[in-house]
Amino acid sequence: MTAAATALAPPLRLSWPRIGPVLLVAPLAVYMVVFYAVPLASMLLRSVADPNWTLENYQRLAGDDVFARVFWNTLRTAVVVTLGTLLLGYPVSLALSRLRPAAATVVLIIVLLPFWTSVLVRSYAWMVLLGRKGLINESLMATGLIDAPLKLLNTPLAVHIAMIHILLPYMILPIASVLRQIDPALLRAAAGLGASPRRVFVQVVLPLSMPGVAAGVLLVFVLSLGFYITPALVGGPRDLMLSMLIAQQVDLLNWPYAACLSVALLAVTLLLIVVFQRLPGVRDVLRSATR
Amino acid sequence: MDGTVLAIGASAALQGAAVSLTRIEKRFDSVGAVRGVSLDIRSGEFLTLLGPSGSGKTTTLMMIAGFETPTAGDIAIDGRSVVALPPHRRNIGMVFQNYALFPHLTVAENIGFPLKQRGVDRTERARLVAETLELVQLPGYQARYPRQLSGGQQQRVALARAIVFRPRLLLMDEPLGALDKQLRENLQLEMRRLHADLGITFIYVTHDQEEALTMSDRVAVMNEGLVAQVGTPEDLYDRPCDRFVASFIGESNFLPGIVRGSEDGMMIAECGGATIRAAASRPSSPGEAITVATRPERMRFADTGSVPPRQNRIAATVSEAVFAGERCRYLCECDGGITIVLKEPSGATIRRRTVGERVELAWSVDDTVIV
Repeated sequence: MTAAATALAPPLRLSWPRIGPVLLVAPLAVYMVVFYAVPLASMLLRSVADPNWTLENYQRLAGDDVFARVFWNTLRTAVVVTLGTLLLGYPVSLALSRLRPAAATVVLIIVLLPFWTSVLVRSYAWMVLLGRKGLINESLMATGLIDAPLKLLNTPLAVHIAMIHILLPYMILPIASVLRQIDPALLRAAAGLGASPRRVFVQVVLPLSMPGVAAGVLLVFVLSLGFYITPALVGGPRDLMLSMLIAQQVDLLNWPYAACLSVALLAVTLLLIVVFQRLPGVRDVLRSATR
Repeated sequence: MDGTVLAIGASAALQGAAVSLTRIEKRFDSVGAVRGVSLDIRSGEFLTLLGPSGSGKTTTLMMIAGFETPTAGDIAIDGRSVVALPPHRRNIGMVFQNYALFPHLTVAENIGFPLKQRGVDRTERARLVAETLELVQLPGYQARYPRQLSGGQQQRVALARAIVFRPRLLLMDEPLGALDKQLRENLQLEMRRLHADLGITFIYVTHDQEEALTMSDRVAVMNEGLVAQVGTPEDLYDRPCDRFVASFIGESNFLPGIVRGSEDGMMIAECGGATIRAAASRPSSPGEAITVATRPERMRFADTGSVPPRQNRIAATVSEAVFAGERCRYLCECDGGITIVLKEPSGATIRRRTVGERVELAWSVDDTVIV
């Protein structure tokens, strides 16, 4: 065995560096093709080939009022949630980058805690909080601020609140990672050259953190577009998101139309990723996040 | 802030700021990084804080700049205490070790940064930036980004940014540390020239003794959070006050001995069997153990010609001989067991010594100091 290996060694030595990584990835690649790519492709094919080759489904999509309304509702929700997570997340990222390591770890764990709870559980928790007899309404009534319970659950507002809560870590982590990488000497230099703390932030910290902001915005926006469980549970029946419409069509066994909608969602998502990838600095952040 | 704009654009040399440190201390978690430094830096002076890493030189500089607050003591610029002033109100130019150029700004925007903070308008900014780029010999580099520049060019931009607003005090924290030797030497000369042209006070931090000696009017040698000695480069080299300064600046031979007496302002000591004389820079009494120091290049082999008066002499055996181009370096074992380094210029008429040769070493009494 050893002798055989040694005898084989010289010719192998040349090709091993090239073959090695391929072999390491191969099991997962095969798995992904068999259980993900093939079903996905066959599903998407249905949008043009069920039962015969046709573009009829897409033509229907273009003139469909329901689709248009759901599409815009989805985009609007994604925009609101992205802005919400950005406004709430940026200050936390800033704090994370400025805290001493021990304190930063504690805050980081608090930020990551939601990750360890299922989305379903968190969405149900929001139902409990936002319901007619939920915690928020009960306390507001108890303090006498309102006389009748507010309609919170099953409104777009509820969807926004719950989605912002769930998606916050995806905004905080990339921004904090970029902020941490800013050389502290730059902040000192700016102060030494006469910039007040506010100007140091506006002229140095903010522009240098933009790649992280772009990465966070991309992540949250793309995830928001495909959100299903949370809007389905806390949203209203009239404020459908694209993913909910797809599920609905699948329930109705309207496979070709559902496939069509999926292609639309996928196309928007891919388009956004391509656009964002081109922004300066974003590629580096996405790359460093995978490191 | 806008009220503190100095005579921007004035071509006449400015008066440098005088800086006065009074027993300043800085403790980090009860560890003393700076343990009571008092130093008066004169207006227009080029003063270098020299010391090994951890000697407190950078911490001292950071306290002058305002990035660290002294635990005790006072810092005054032109007689006014600045301890309570945040860094952005001190109006001090600063060059950092790794330049700290803003990567998202062009060269022009980097240099214009301090002007912008002082409310200088766009056209005046452009004019001053161009003028300062001339001064650091980088004309026409306005539109480049820092990452498109070499290390030396980045250093020049950092320097331009630190002087463009005409501060009266410029602080530099090992600004040449990351550059190669040739470039470092060029920039050293350039900084001297700038210092002469601008007439402002420079406080320079380095661990490189050669750099300190070539550039400074005065050098403050720091060790373990204290100033060991302040003086001109000649003072420090020729008259080091203690063993640390003698060994940190240049190379020294240390000869332990016992004081035997004094005569004509000279201390006489016995070192390894030889009688050594040195200027009595401090009182000493017979029987006291002392150490005298002398520089390797100030020593000679005594048998090369006649020995003038006022010479110390010691017998030794050559134990190592190394040819190093312009000089030969010898290790000599004295009869008393002390090892002495001697450096002799190389030359056709100078006889090279061989290992094992018996020699007599001689050096001037005036090149002998008690440490």
